[in-house]
Amino acid sequence: MNIHEYQAREILESYGIAVPRAGVASTPDEARQLAVDLGGRVVVKAQVHAGGRGKAGGVKLVNSPDEAAEAAAGMLGTNLVTHQTKAGGVPVRKVLVAELTDIADELYVAITMDADARAPMVMASSEGGVEIEEVAANSPDKIVRVAADPLIGLTAYHARDIATEIGVPINLVRQATGLITNLCRVFQELDASLVEINPLVVTTDGRVMALDAKIAFEDDALFRHKEVAELGDPEQNDELEQKAHDAGLAYVKLDGGRVGCMVNGAGLAMATMDITKTAGAAPANFLDVGGGAAEDKIAEALEIIVSDGDVEAILVNLFGGILRCDVAARGIVMGVRSTGTQMPLVVAMRGTNAEEGLQILADAGLNVTTVGDLGEAATTLTQVLGATSSNGENS
Amino acid sequence: MGILVDEKTRLLVQGLGRDGTFQASSCRAYGTNMVAGVHPRRGGTKFEDEVPIFETVTEAVDATGANVGLIFVPASGAADAIIEQVDAGLPLVVCISEGVPVQDMVKTLAYMEGKSSRLLGPNCPGLIHPGTRAKVGIIPGSILSEGRVGVVSRSGTLTYEAVVQLTELGIGQSTCVGIGGDPLHGTTFVDVLEMFENDDETDAIVMIGEIGGTKEQQAAEFINNHVTKPVVGAIVGQTAPPGKRMGHAGAIITGVAALASEKIRVLREAGVHVADSPAVIGAKMAEVLGR
Repeated sequence: MNIHEYQAREILESYGIAVPRAGVASTPDEARQLAVDLGGRVVVKAQVHAGGRGKAGGVKLVNSPDEAAEAAAGMLGTNLVTHQTKAGGVPVRKVLVAELTDIADELYVAITMDADARAPMVMASSEGGVEIEEVAANSPDKIVRVAADPLIGLTAYHARDIATEIGVPINLVRQATGLITNLCRVFQELDASLVEINPLVVTTDGRVMALDAKIAFEDDALFRHKEVAELGDPEQNDELEQKAHDAGLAYVKLDGGRVGCMVNGAGLAMATMDITKTAGAAPANFLDVGGGAAEDKIAEALEIIVSDGDVEAILVNLFGGILRCDVAARGIVMGVRSTGTQMPLVVAMRGTNAEEGLQILADAGLNVTTVGDLGEAATTLTQVLGATSSNGENS
Repeated sequence: MGILVDEKTRLLVQGLGRDGTFQASSCRAYGTNMVAGVHPRRGGTKFEDEVPIFETVTEAVDATGANVGLIFVPASGAADAIIEQVDAGLPLVVCISEGVPVQDMVKTLAYMEGKSSRLLGPNCPGLIHPGTRAKVGIIPGSILSEGRVGVVSRSGTLTYEAVVQLTELGIGQSTCVGIGGDPLHGTTFVDVLEMFENDDETDAIVMIGEIGGTKEQQAAEFINNHVTKPVVGAIVGQTAPPGKRMGHAGAIITGVAALASEKIRVLREAGVHVADSPAVIGAKMAEVLGR
C-alpha cells in the first residue's frame, strides 16, 4: 500500500527525522495561508501516489502567497499524468506547501527488503535528487549497500559508515547517523516495503533533512498497523483493481489486452495470461481468485472482468483443490446472469468436482466452450477471437 | 525413497481449522502416516478418531516421534508456528500459509540460521512422493503417477498443470516439490535441484519458475556446474508488466533480472530445455526423454 508524501512526512517526524516546515492544503486559499505562515517563498507539491511529479508540472516553486494559491488552483481537482501513471493520470485532491530550503548537497537513502540477502537493505548515494535507476545504470559504484540485521536492526556504526561514504560533512555525520538509524526503524517497526528519501539534503545552515519522502507498506502486515491501514487512498488506484482488492481478489489490469482471464493460483494465472499470446492475443488482466473462493466471490470476479471495456472473450482456468469447481461454476453462471454478458467463455476445469462444474455450465446454456488443458485453451481461444472480430466487422 | 518424504514420514499437522482439517484428512486418505495434530485448545482429543492431538508441538514430537511438520495456521501466526516446530527439532517444516508478513519471514529465517530444521515455504503447496504415497501439503494426489521425473516449482496450481501434462503423456513423477511464491522462503530451487541430482529415483527434472527475484538465475548457475540430469524448464509471466505484483508476493518485475525473457535466456545458456509455453512442459519432457 502506498501513501502520500504529506503522510510519509508525518511518520518521519514522529520518528524524530528532520523535515522542512510544511502543511497540507485542499483549496487554493489554504495554500495561500500556508505560504503566508511559511514566509512567502514556498514549494507547492501535488499529492499523488506516483513518481515523476516534477517533470509533469506537479511541483512548483513560487515567490509569494498569491503565486502559491495560483499553483495550487492549477493542480487541485485535476488529474496529474506522469510517466508512472496510466494515460488518464491520477486525481490531485491535496497539495503540500513547504518552506524552501537552502541546499548545500543532495544525497539519497532508501531501504527495501533484499530477498537474496534475506535482510532489509539500506541503499545510499552521494547522487541525490535524480532518479536512482539512472545512478545505478551510469555510476553503480556511487551506490552504497549495507544490509541491516533482521533481528538487531541497523547498528549505529553501519549508519555512520553509510553517512561518511555518501559524503555527509564530518560535523554532521552524527545527525545523519541518527536519521539513517531511525529510517531503518520506520522500515522494520511499521512493516514497510520501501522507505525512500530523495533527496536527503544537507542545508547551508548545517542540518540534515528529508526533503521528499516515499513510504510503501506491505499489504500482508497491515492487520497489525491499523493506523497505517487508514492512510490508504483508494482514489489513487485503478477503479477495477480497487474493487477487486475490496473483494479479496488479486487482480491487475493490463493495458492493450482483449482476453479476460479468471484463474486460481498466481502461477497458473500467469501461465494462462502467457497462453493468450500463443493464441495471437494479449491478456486484459491478471486475476487470481485464490484458494477457497465462494460462489459470490467468483461472480464478482466475473463482473470485474466483464466491466473492463477492453475484454472481448474470457478465459477461465480453474484447478480445483480447496476450490471446488461446482461452486466456481455456479459463481460464473451467477456473474453471467447479473451482467447479462454475451461474451464467449473458454473454460478449463480440472480437479475437485470438475465434472459437476462443467455440467452446471452446460445446463445453464451459456456461451461456453470447454477445453481440457492449456494447449487446447490456446487453439480454442484463437478460433473464438477470430469469430468475435468477424462479428464485429459485420455489425 | 523420496528426497524429503516417504514411507518413513511421520506427519504432524499444526493448524486444524477448516482448511487444515480438510487437507490433513486428504493427506491421510492418500496414505500418509499422520501421527499427531497440534491445537492449543483440543489437546487430549483425537483427529478423525485416530490421531492424537496435543497442545504443543514439543509434546507431540516427544510422544509420537513425528519427523515432518505441516503448518496451516493463519498468516499472522505462521512465523510463530515455524519457530515452534524448529524449536521442537522437526527436521522438515512445511508451511502452506499464504500472506505471511515479509518482516516475519526475514526474522524467522535469521533465527533458523545454524539450526538443523529445513523449511519448505511459506505460501507453497507442499510436496508429494507418489512412490510411497507420502503427501505433505495440498497437491492433489489423484493427478500424480509414479515415475522418474522430479518436479520443482514456485507455484501451486501451475505445478498441477505440469504434473497433469506429464501424467497424460505417461511420464510418472518421483517427488513433486512446491517451494512457494514468496520472495523470502526456506528451501530454494538450488536445494531441491541438488537433492534430485543425488536421487537414485530421479532421471530428469522439471523446474517451473516465474518473474521476480533472481532465484532462477541461481538455479541456472547451479545446473550449469552441478546437474548432469536433463532439466526441462518453464518460466511464466512473459506477459506481465513491470512493477506490478502478480498475486505472488515475489512475482514482480523490479529490474532486468526479474524479467521472464532474461530468466529464460540464462536457463537456456545453462543447458535447460525451456518450454516455449506453459502448455507444452510435458511435451518438452517427452521430447527430451526421447518418447
